[in-house]
Parts: sequence; structure tokens; C-alpha cells
Amino acid sequence: MLWVNTKRIIRTGFLSFWRNGFVSLSSILVMTVTLFSIIAVIFTNVILESVLNDLKSKVDVNVYFIVNAGESDIMQMKGTLEKLAEVASVKYVSREQALAEFKDKHKDDYLTIQGLNELGDNPLGARLNIVAKDPSQYEGIVKMIEEKNALATPEASIIDKVNYQQNKVVIDRLSAIIVGAKQFGFLLALVMIIISVLITLNTIRLVIYMSREEINIMRLVGASNMYVRGPFIVGGMIYGVISAVLAMILFWPITLWLAGATTDFFGGVNLYHYYIQNFFQIFIIVLGAGMLLGAISSFLAVRKYLKI
Amino acid sequence: MIYFDKVTKTYSNDPNGFALKDINFSIAHNEFVSIVGHSGAGKTTLLKLLLAEERPTEGKVFFESVNVNELHRNEVTKLRRRIGMIFQDFRLLPDKTVYENIAFAMEAAGRGDDEIAFDVPHVLELVDLTHKMWDFPGHLSGGEKQRVAIARAIVNQPDIIIADEPTGNLDPVNTYEIVQILKKINDIGTTVILTTHNKGIIDLLGKRVITMEGGRIIRDDASGKYVL
Repeated sequence: MLWVNTKRIIRTGFLSFWRNGFVSLSSILVMTVTLFSIIAVIFTNVILESVLNDLKSKVDVNVYFIVNAGESDIMQMKGTLEKLAEVASVKYVSREQALAEFKDKHKDDYLTIQGLNELGDNPLGARLNIVAKDPSQYEGIVKMIEEKNALATPEASIIDKVNYQQNKVVIDRLSAIIVGAKQFGFLLALVMIIISVLITLNTIRLVIYMSREEINIMRLVGASNMYVRGPFIVGGMIYGVISAVLAMILFWPITLWLAGATTDFFGGVNLYHYYIQNFFQIFIIVLGAGMLLGAISSFLAVRKYLKI
Repeated sequence: MIYFDKVTKTYSNDPNGFALKDINFSIAHNEFVSIVGHSGAGKTTLLKLLLAEERPTEGKVFFESVNVNELHRNEVTKLRRRIGMIFQDFRLLPDKTVYENIAFAMEAAGRGDDEIAFDVPHVLELVDLTHKMWDFPGHLSGGEKQRVAIARAIVNQPDIIIADEPTGNLDPVNTYEIVQILKKINDIGTTVILTTHNKGIIDLLGKRVITMEGGRIIRDDASGKYVL
């Protein structure tokens, strides 16, 4: 009995979807916009995340060593730092490399190069570039380094200076921006999704409003609530499936077109590659959202006319 | 089989105060009862109470010793399957073919596919609409629509048929046909309740007539004439 009813409900759902072609089309279009905005939100988050990561990786803290610091001591410190959970990477720049970088940077500045040449010896110390996993963690890392340095006797100390204090303002501000951007992005996404869900809900309500007389008749002919409601829910789910497919198809040319721009402008993520690589995952999310939205909207909309 | 016990129905926004007042009557098995009265006399309200579409303000409505207003929603659904409804405005499902309209009533009652495939053509034959089986209601004339509605009402072999002004929108020839079909249904043993303003129908039938006015029953004649 249950199986027979389910079969009939599904068949009726498909049939009325097909026969009310124009109504179905308009619902699908509205729902496509909703799902489109959901995908857009996902992509915006991806871009935002990649921009932030890019920025984060550009912030680092340098530990400068005194000129006569031994390389083995420096490598030992590098090893200690790398073991820390907060540290993403540590890069060693030797004295020679530092000199080469310096020369390259000032190659047009004749006076500086001349002064350097007159000095004869390499005045630059080696340094470690430390990149933390999160900008807020620099403070702890630096504190640890400084504590270690303070413990050593003045003669044994090999650290010349740590440039954290100079970078601190930038790092703090960046941390704040990252937190803020994430919150704002989330809020924006939430508002957009809520608005589009409301629009879809209303559209489906209108569609079912047109069928209120039919719902009434079905009840009077002796159909149970579930039997009346079922086909509408099936219809809503069909809207969801088709809209999900449409929204996914729409994003193919869009990401392709945006791919170049986003890569150049934001650095890092190629939206098209992201879309292709995560196609299945995004599709499942959108499909689920669409079907759920359709089913729930229909369920709620029909309820109003089932009072008889 | 049907029993109205001191039923009063008031609508809160009704200026007259009540739609029905102190209604008492009963209907036996296999009766053919006509309810007549002007518009607003309370005929439709009476039927709505019987279908549990509305609840009485006071009093009780019984269908075979069950108080219909104490039924749970699921039980109301089951009650309605035992009652075949025919309306003045036909109330066919516009997106379904004639066949599907009738099949829907059977599906709703949980009948099997084989049974539906057998019974629907059969009942369409009874109302002489076999040739319109796959048409949509929009393509049918008023008389044909009402015959589909009758077919839908009787296909589940209900205990009772309620026809609310079934001929209100029809011409005399179609009216005569519909009444003949209702009589035939009554002859096979189904109780029929018919509301109408049509004097011709009442005089033609020569069956029990309940006359209503201003929400009250003013006459109840075993073999009545239309008197108003």
C-alpha cells in the first residue's frame, strides 16, 4: 500500500510538473537564482580565503644574527623553530645570500654600492625568515626566541635583533582585517541566502496558491493530507534538481571567464580549476540545497490549504 | 443513518447571528431527500457540517451513530470516502483527464491499479462518457462535467451521495438527465441528499422534501412538493 501510494505520488508529481510547464519554468528560474547565489557565496569564500592566505604568507618575522654567529648555531635554532606547532616555515638566508640580495636591490644606487665595496668585508649577518601559520601567533614565537636569547650569556648570544616590533603594527592590523573579512563574508553570505530562500518560498507559495481549489477538491474527494501534499513536494524537488543542474551549467562559462582575472588580481586560486576539481562536491551541495528548499517550500505552502 | 441533533451554527461575522438554528432531522438508509430553500437558507452550511468541513456551534451531527465533529482528521478522510460529493460548480481537477479525475478518487481511497483500470471505464459507461475518457475538463460541456463529477462520486460505491445544487449551472435537458442518473443511483441502494432551487426537479421526483428558510427547517414532507 505504501509502495503503491509512493509510486502514485511520484508519478502525479512528474505529471503535474509537466502539464504546468510555464509555472514550473518560472519556479525553476527563481530557484536557479537562489542556488546561483549559494554557489557565488561558496566561490567568494574561496577567493577571500586565498587572498587572505596569500597576504598571510607575505608577512614574516626576521631574526637577524650577528656577523660572527656560527652557522651550526643558527641551524640548530632553525631546527628548534621548525618543531614548533605554530610555525609554518623557516627559511635560512646566509650572509653571502643576504649580501647578494642587498646588491641586487641597490644595483642602481651607485653610492651605496661604492660604500659597500669600500667596506671590503661583508657587513651583513645571516637571518632566519619565519612564517607563522597564523599572524596572531608571531607574538608567542618572538617571545620564545627572545627568552632563549636572554638566557644565554651576552658573549654567547648570537642574535642581533628581531624585527617583530617594527612589523607588529602591520601584523596586528592584518590579523584584525582577516578576522573582520571572514565575519563580514559570512554575514553577507547568510543575508544573501536568506533573501533568496524567502523569494523562492514565496514563489512556490504563489504556485500552490493557484492550486488551492484543487487541494480543496482532493480533500473533499477523500484524499489524505499526505496524498494531497506528496505530489507538490515531489514537484518542488524536481524544481530543485533542475535548478541545481542549471546553476552548475551557468557557472561553467562564468568561472572560465573569471579564471584569468581572479588569478591575476587576487593571486593564487584559479576559479575555473577550483570549479572543475570540486565540481562533484559543489553539485551535491547545490542539489541537496535545491531539493530541500523545494520540498520544504511546498510542504509549508500546501499546509495552509489543507485545513479542511 | 444521518441524524442532526439540535444543531446551531453561527458565524462570528454574520449579521443575522446564525446560519442554522435548532436543526433536527434524520435520514434513513436508501432515502432520497431533497433540501430546498432560497439562497442563504442554510442548505450548503448543513452539508458542510455533515462533511465535517465546518463544526456546529451547538448540537451534534451523527453519521451512523458516530459524531462527525469528534472525528480525528484521518477519520474525517475515511468518512469522506463513504460520501460521494457532487457540486454545482463540478469541482473537477482541471489538470487531470476525465479518466484521471475518477481514478484519483479511487487512488485516494487506496484502491489497487487493476481495480481502477477496471472500474473507471465501467463507471464512465454508466454516465455515457466513455468517448471523453482522455479529455480534460476544460473541453467538456457543463452537462458532461457534471456527469464526470457523478461518476467520480459513485466510483467508490459510497453509502451516500450528496449533491449540492448539481443542476444549478445546467440547461433543462441536462438537468433532466442528471436527475435521472441520481434516481438510478438511489434505486441501486444509495442514499441521496439533493439540494436545489429547481421546482421542476422536486415535482418530478415526488420524494421527501425538507424546506428551509432563514436557517430553520420550516417543512419536512414525506412526498413533498416545492412550496415557498
